[in-house]
Amino acid sequence: MAVASRRLPTADRARFGLGRLVLHLMLVAGALWAVFPFVWMVLTSLKGYAEASAAETFFPSRWLFSNYVTAWNQVGTFPRYFGNTLFIALATVLGVLVTSTLAAYAFARMEFPGRDTLFLILLATMMVPFEVTLVPNFIMIRNLQWVDHYQAMIIPWAASAFSIFLLRQFFMAIPQELYDAAVIDGCGPLRFLATIVLPLSRPALVTSGLLTFLGSWNSLMWPILVTNRPEIRPIQVAMYSFIGDAGTQIQLLLAAVTISVIPVIVVYLVLQRWFIEGIATVGIRG
Amino acid sequence: MAQTISTAEPVRSQVTARTRATFRRRIQWVAYLYILPAFAIIGAFHILPVFYAIYISMNKGAINKFVFVGLDNYIRALSGGEFWNALVVTFSYALMTTPFTIALGLFFAYLLYQGVRGRGVYRVIFFLPYVISTVGSAIVWAWVFDPQSGLANFILKRIGLEPLRWLIEPSGIFEVIADGRHWTIPTWAYGPSVALIAVSIFSIWQSMGFDVIIFLAGLTNIPGELYEAARMDGANPLQLFRHVTIPLLAPTTFFVVVISVIGSLQSFNQIFTMNQAAEQSLGGPLGSTSTLTVYMFDQLYTFSNYGYASAIALLLSLIILALTLFQFKFLARRTQI
Repeated sequence: MAVASRRLPTADRARFGLGRLVLHLMLVAGALWAVFPFVWMVLTSLKGYAEASAAETFFPSRWLFSNYVTAWNQVGTFPRYFGNTLFIALATVLGVLVTSTLAAYAFARMEFPGRDTLFLILLATMMVPFEVTLVPNFIMIRNLQWVDHYQAMIIPWAASAFSIFLLRQFFMAIPQELYDAAVIDGCGPLRFLATIVLPLSRPALVTSGLLTFLGSWNSLMWPILVTNRPEIRPIQVAMYSFIGDAGTQIQLLLAAVTISVIPVIVVYLVLQRWFIEGIATVGIRG
Repeated sequence: MAQTISTAEPVRSQVTARTRATFRRRIQWVAYLYILPAFAIIGAFHILPVFYAIYISMNKGAINKFVFVGLDNYIRALSGGEFWNALVVTFSYALMTTPFTIALGLFFAYLLYQGVRGRGVYRVIFFLPYVISTVGSAIVWAWVFDPQSGLANFILKRIGLEPLRWLIEPSGIFEVIADGRHWTIPTWAYGPSVALIAVSIFSIWQSMGFDVIIFLAGLTNIPGELYEAARMDGANPLQLFRHVTIPLLAPTTFFVVVISVIGSLQSFNQIFTMNQAAEQSLGGPLGSTSTLTVYMFDQLYTFSNYGYASAIALLLSLIILALTLFQFKFLARRTQI
């Protein structure tokens, strides 16, 4: 044992240089695996029809940026779809943050009959798969005559048990002394919430906001069900329908997909720290 | 979830301390106003619909013209081949995706944890597929698997293998391989369908980054002194991984496993979009990618079988519930959290 431990440092050092190289090679391989579909997508979206469907070359022989103009015109109302998606997603985020903050604050800081039972019910709803409520909610939306209206895609998702849970955990960690001090200074619960609790809980707010945003931005099944008019459909549904319209013109379809993912990639690259820290937070606290 | 359990003790003592403090004040009736907006929405769209779904699942016919049929929909599901096919597909899919996603996620997280240069850049790249909408990336992947012009066959041909029909191939993978070599193999050895494998590869690609981030966060939480101590005792990197990392990462692993299993049982967008892009029916060729969610949506959207679709959804949620409870009971004990 003693011999082994004395020998180890040198062996370790020797393996270090080579080990580092292997480590980096594997990481580069992983990174390539993560991005190659996008690279291939962009390259193909710039090829001509024949070249795109033959897939024998990596780089386009002629870079046809005109594919993007054609795709943009064929999809028709890209700005409209983006606008719809952005509006729906932001409204949902706003709803979730407002409703969750209030509820989480009550659960974390207030005493009222049935508090623990209500909280348990809330947690139980997180176990119910989305598919179960799909049919009843669809029927309800129809009866409310909300089909083809934005609220059908916003209101049902404007509160989230998960966000309430996440925020409550954060709120509970705020020291009671802060509250007592604020009360002595004549601060009501709502002002305490707005001026002290919320600024202190920014990471949790950003996390639940971003997760809600991603969920809304990426949803497909629900918007397909509750919309028929193209004008109010979000970009995902539009892309889904464009699969049929593009037919075999793969380069046009991929150009349209590229256009549709660029805003998300830009937002992600700008906010990447928040996205990643947020997901990590969920793993640790969730 | 997992971590919550492990920290439940301090949280509980905080709660009791605070409860005592607040009891000295008095009941704040205004609290009901605070929870009202959230509960109005969650109640209307997530709690009541569960009961409504149970009711609908015992009916058949068009909306507003329901006819009560008792448990007929459940009997029809459990005695028909389609439901069982969907169940097998669902579990094959879960088994083909979760272990690989988790293993790759842990692998790359562990590599990044070694303090490599450009760790931040790698994190951003690994997580990218998770951020991109499923519709967008599913279109790209459906085309990667295109038999004529796809990248997958391009690679297979380059390395001298037979091209596959991927998303339009309902036969089992081993069946296809055996056929190509004129072997005969028994039916049970056919393996999962090539179409389902294609969807699974896409799914692994999509969710790997999520696991990398969660595992990396879990790894960063392990106190460095433990590694120091083990290294002093002469542990080699493999032993460090086996005896320090694995046990201390168990709560994170548990969280990832539970989340991934639930997620894979509920997958819909990936399969739905890829099949559309490959010009297949909803459930893929011969129903080979018809998971329970896809089957349910087909019944709802294509056939307007509201009662039957609800019955399938409820059966699926029972399965998920049972599996989650099982994981909490057995895995949670084994990971000592």
